[in-house]
Amino acid sequence: MLEKAITGDKRYWGWIAFVLMLIGTGAIAYLRQLDQGLTVTGLSRDVSWGFYIAQFTFLVGVAASAVMVVLPYYLHNFKAFSKLTILGEFLAVPSVIMCMLFIVVDMGQPFRVQNVMLYPSLNSPMFWDMMSLSGYLFLNVVIGYMVLSSEKKGIAPPKWIKPFIIISIPWAISIHTVTAFLYSGLAARPFWMTAVLAPRFLASAFAAGPALLILIIFLMRKLTRFDAGKEAIQKLAVIATYAMCINVFLVLMEVFTTFYSGMPEHMHHFEFLYVGLHGNNTLVPWMWLSSALAVVALVLLLTPKFRKKEVILGFACIAVFVSIWIDKGLGMIVAGFTPSQMGEVVDYWPTLNEFMVSIMVWGIGLLIMSLLYKIIFTVRGETKPALEAKEDKKELTVPSN
Amino acid sequence: MGIDRRKFLTIAGLTTLTTLGKTVLGSSPAGHDPIETGSQAVKRLAMAIDMQKCRQNEGCVECTKICHKIHNVPDIGNSKEEIKWIWKENFEAAFPNQHHDLLEDEIKNNQVVVLCNHCDDPPCVKVCPTQSTWKRESDGIVMMDMHRCIGCRYCVAGCPYGSRNFNFRDPRPFIKETNPEYPTRTKGVVEKCNFCAERLADGLLPACVDICPEKALIFGNINDPKSEIRQILKSRHSIRRKPILGTNPQIYYLV
Amino acid sequence: MYDASKIILGILIFLVLATSPFWYSKATGQSDYLPDPVILTKDTPGKDVCVMPTDYMRSSHMDLLNDWRNSVVRDGERKFVSPNGHEYKKSLSNTCMDCHANKTEFCDKCHNYMAVDDQTCWSCHVEPKEEL
Ligand code: SF4
Ligand code: SF4
Repeated sequence: MLEKAITGDKRYWGWIAFVLMLIGTGAIAYLRQLDQGLTVTGLSRDVSWGFYIAQFTFLVGVAASAVMVVLPYYLHNFKAFSKLTILGEFLAVPSVIMCMLFIVVDMGQPFRVQNVMLYPSLNSPMFWDMMSLSGYLFLNVVIGYMVLSSEKKGIAPPKWIKPFIIISIPWAISIHTVTAFLYSGLAARPFWMTAVLAPRFLASAFAAGPALLILIIFLMRKLTRFDAGKEAIQKLAVIATYAMCINVFLVLMEVFTTFYSGMPEHMHHFEFLYVGLHGNNTLVPWMWLSSALAVVALVLLLTPKFRKKEVILGFACIAVFVSIWIDKGLGMIVAGFTPSQMGEVVDYWPTLNEFMVSIMVWGIGLLIMSLLYKIIFTVRGETKPALEAKEDKKELTVPSN
Repeated sequence: MGIDRRKFLTIAGLTTLTTLGKTVLGSSPAGHDPIETGSQAVKRLAMAIDMQKCRQNEGCVECTKICHKIHNVPDIGNSKEEIKWIWKENFEAAFPNQHHDLLEDEIKNNQVVVLCNHCDDPPCVKVCPTQSTWKRESDGIVMMDMHRCIGCRYCVAGCPYGSRNFNFRDPRPFIKETNPEYPTRTKGVVEKCNFCAERLADGLLPACVDICPEKALIFGNINDPKSEIRQILKSRHSIRRKPILGTNPQIYYLV
Repeated sequence: MYDASKIILGILIFLVLATSPFWYSKATGQSDYLPDPVILTKDTPGKDVCVMPTDYMRSSHMDLLNDWRNSVVRDGERKFVSPNGHEYKKSLSNTCMDCHANKTEFCDKCHNYMAVDDQTCWSCHVEPKEEL
């Protein structure tokens, strides 16, 4: 079955070559970082985590969101998702791998990473995060592979896989919860030390993940003969809508608690994000863009007339995804460190080198995802050759592979 | 001699068990007082900083100079990647919760010496995924093992005092005069004040305590009622940095 | 479609290429080279014997160093008593290199030959200045 990933037309190979090129360019930047140290990043003694850790946080959310197709299908027997579960699982796999890579590229001594296993520290959330992420990766690889290979043979998946699927549901919740615990357990960082951090992470993940999945479905409809069906798309849209509402609600809870209580140590971080602090407003335009997108997305998603129009739905999904990416992938981590322990505002912005290294990791994720999706569609006979892709509506007589 | 496989496994198993035990039973409740509840037999090293004496010598940085010299602390010359074990900080920065506009000028306008607080409930130790930083059972010093540190900087995020430094680059070119008796660090690991553990082993006081021209630093076993530090804490009003966080810092500031 | 001759030729070329480093060092006489570390013990009064017998040191110095490292750093045990009763400070830079002050001749010769990555030691521990 795996060999399906290495058969394909020119268009497929062109894409793979492009992704490999991205990875290669990024790898050069990473070699530079290995050689010179993290000084090639924009990080500092005050803002000691930045873009890498933020991407990690965001991607844990994407990985966890697979549960939003798995749960309705397996627990509620929601048939319209039958073709989507593998897409969700095979989206989770590259996401988890990217998470792990982002942790590794953030390390000062990446060649010692095995120390986490050699000296297990049960009191460190980072240890638990590694455990839950690797467990989740394992579950999704096994489930995805077993279900797809049974589908290929035209038989029902083996019975023993069911418990794995059931376990993967709470496990997905756990990965993002433990990720939130990394931050919310720190008395030193008032911005993160909030009990709603984990729920907020989950809500934003369950909005951004399904939104991304809808966009992927739209794209795949262009590139392949795969069609998830109207019902599935609309259901995903509803899920994203509810999750986005809860996410915005939780953010507003934070804002109320912080500003009504008026504790300066809590307020400063929000001020840094939304109005700037000590003359530094690096993130201000971004955060307002994120808020504006969130409002636009909510208006579009909450109005059934708009949500049902696929073009508008597409825009709404982009808005949800970008809004949450800015919030988690740009603001969340840096704001925790600003102002610093000494009350200072230290400038942080990712350097080009940092960005290139991130491109390497994203590239690896894209590559894995492309290979996995290629397998899915080939097994299902849903690929379409490049020629037919152009003459859109032409019926195919022979399923290609 | 040497660690064989069996010994390694035993150690690994025991460590896991103790950590498990500690996690399950909960270490000490936040903010407990080592003087009252700590066993008198156990040493708990601490430092008192006489701010009154220290501020008499404005601009004095003898403690920083000697400490950074003997420990091969580099002078990166760039505030973003700076490495500091002991240094002076504005009062407001060190004590954000104690600061107010009407504070006596001599306190408000003077700098205070800050260093790792060797917390009794150190959050840096709690978060470290490799036990590269740990609290020494024998005297409470919060130690670092640079051989094991993976440079994840979780401890930097967890320390509420900015005491921990990350080596963003190879520190060697930035050390003016290397002390051959003490190692340097390599890029990608975290470092901080170690209460001069290497000097204590030789029966010496920490270098900063030794050198301070004002004798403003008092060092000793806080679990010993007869120690100098206990006597002085009894007679003078002292404060600690951010005690509200429950880290139980062991650097006491005499006002 | 069996192209036996091509396959065999391919295998042969591969074998030649894969073993070429050995032929190369044979031809240039490199393979006959054996490192010969110079044991230049400085005259340090009272330290005329090594912490352990030479045989042990030759085979297991890395285990000893590892053990020293762990016990000093993790357990704060800094004293080492050798089999013949001498007491030493467990320290690479301050004990070992006190006598074996010639790192290039003493450490590097074998380590280079065996491709041992001892940068992990020397990127932090300070090597003694060598008077040449
Ligand atoms: S001051 Fe910071 S580094 Fe020192 S023990 Fe406390 S938490 Fe750890
Ligand atoms: S940077 Fe080093 S000492 Fe700090 S938490 Fe990570 S492994 Fe532990």
